[in-house]
Amino acid sequence: MNDDFIIRTEKLTRRFPMGKGEFTALKGINLTLDVGEFTGLIGPSGSGKTTLLNIIGSLDTPSDGEAIVMGKSIGKLSSRDAARLRKEKLGFIFQSYNLLQVHTVFENVEFPLLLLKYTIGERRRMVLDALEWVGLTDKMKQKPPQLSGGECQRVAIARAMVKKPSLVLADEPTANLDADNSHNILQTMVNLNEDLRTTFLFATHDEKVIGYLRRKVYLKDGLIDRIETV
Amino acid sequence: MKLAIKLAFRNLIGAGLRTWLNVIVLSFSFVIIIAAKGILVGWDRQAKKDMADWEIGGGQYWNMNYDPYDAFSLNEAHSPIPQNFSGEIERGDMVPVLISQGTLYPEGRMQSILIKGIDPNQSLLELPTNKLDTVVGAIPAIIGANMARANRLKTGDYVTMRWRDSNGSFYVTEICITGIFSTNVPTVDIAQVWIPLDSLQSMVLMPGEATIITFRDALSQRPDEKGWKVMTYNSLVAEIDEMIKTKSVGQSIFYIILLILALLAIFDTQVLSIFRRQKEIGTYVALGYTRKEVVVLFTVEGAMHAVLAAVAGAIYGIPFLMWFAKKGISLGLSSSDYGFAIADTMYPVYSGSLIAGTTLVVLLATTIVSYWPSRRIAKMNPTEALRGKLQ
Repeated sequence: MNDDFIIRTEKLTRRFPMGKGEFTALKGINLTLDVGEFTGLIGPSGSGKTTLLNIIGSLDTPSDGEAIVMGKSIGKLSSRDAARLRKEKLGFIFQSYNLLQVHTVFENVEFPLLLLKYTIGERRRMVLDALEWVGLTDKMKQKPPQLSGGECQRVAIARAMVKKPSLVLADEPTANLDADNSHNILQTMVNLNEDLRTTFLFATHDEKVIGYLRRKVYLKDGLIDRIETV
Repeated sequence: MKLAIKLAFRNLIGAGLRTWLNVIVLSFSFVIIIAAKGILVGWDRQAKKDMADWEIGGGQYWNMNYDPYDAFSLNEAHSPIPQNFSGEIERGDMVPVLISQGTLYPEGRMQSILIKGIDPNQSLLELPTNKLDTVVGAIPAIIGANMARANRLKTGDYVTMRWRDSNGSFYVTEICITGIFSTNVPTVDIAQVWIPLDSLQSMVLMPGEATIITFRDALSQRPDEKGWKVMTYNSLVAEIDEMIKTKSVGQSIFYIILLILALLAIFDTQVLSIFRRQKEIGTYVALGYTRKEVVVLFTVEGAMHAVLAAVAGAIYGIPFLMWFAKKGISLGLSSSDYGFAIADTMYPVYSGSLIAGTTLVVLLATTIVSYWPSRRIAKMNPTEALRGKLQ
């Protein structure tokens, strides 16, 4: 462990109300991620990987313990500050892409830059760069319903990467893709990780993704089972 | 807010047919409300103009005892025309009218009337009093078309008229209908007989006297005159304002129903949006929006229907409203039924305040119905929303 960490969780616990009782999704997770890592949270459904990803992404808050992301304690952030953290520092990639269906590819990728108030010229340049990374420059006027699953996920990657965030959180990014598309997407992310030194954290149980990870954090029933480093 | 407007516009345009259906329905409300309100404004203006042209000019002096709603007050409601007015009367800027009760006997029937004496040479009012300036074998008289129709009188007819002089003695004579005029102002038409002023003054033994004196200039501050009260133009047309206000309230119910139908479509769209676009809402939050900002975005999106409706309404509404203002509308209403001026064809008038007011009301109402369901977003769990899970 060193001081160059981007994420650190200490005794991170997350409980959800369930009926009259509670369900504990995370049971005191201690985990540190350094800048530039390409790491995955691996485990079966219900192991707590998406919950952990959501807390790190400031979309959820811990019940106990602490999650520090880029020096900010997630549980102590106001909703405005959490939104600012997501807006400025984080990129998200979802299993089902979560693209804005009525917007074009260009507009989808442009969206995070609009929130960051870039000028129109800067936005155009950055969007074209991002689309070039994922090889979709020729599709920028199309809308998501006109694209294949692989193309949609590449748009989602471009949207996550366009503002060059410090951390990208990817929740089952290849779950809806075939093998070829999965490898293309993952190779794109590896390249971005190497070129831009962006930290990637995955939640996955897909063997194709696991093969690309440099560090594998295995979760089981809300606890870290083991950590493997390649 | 600028970003919310930009995104809302993109979302609305991107939603295609759903947006345009709502926009078209809402734009109908715009155009119909403006057209219908325009008719009322046009009616109001036309009624006031007709009243000014035919009866009240720029205002009137009333004898202190004159009460237009009490025919019995007429016996006392007369006095000599003030000397101060002689100059204006000579110039034609004032017209004295003497009013007396009487009875007409057309074809053996009996009709209570007001006999009004007026200078045949006046030009202040549109009454064709020049037709009184003639020599016939009886007292020349002009009447309105409604009066003529009700009593089956026509030009050239002789009819018996009875009146009472200032001493209370009854007299009977014949009048000759020398002119029939058509007017939208029932108070100069129905049960009214206009004869030369000097004839009436001598008939009722009130030489040089009048009941009301109409003046031309509405703007000047009129001096008080002993025994007379000044009735300004505004006080004389106040009844029209009241009537239009009453009509306006009735018509508002129609607008409200129309607007509710249009707003229901917006509300429905908003409620559906909240349920169908959960993933999108979650995505906005994940990308850096606060939930409050998403509420604002959805509210702006809903409210923008009204902006697009105003634009769409302008595209087809402006030519339609211009054509309508030129063509007018005949509602088949009779001024005799209403008791005040109504033209056969009413021409709508669209003021800037009417258009701006209607736009503001529709925009405000749309914003409210857009905000109402959008508040739900503030309570949503973004992680659930991201998965599209109904909450």
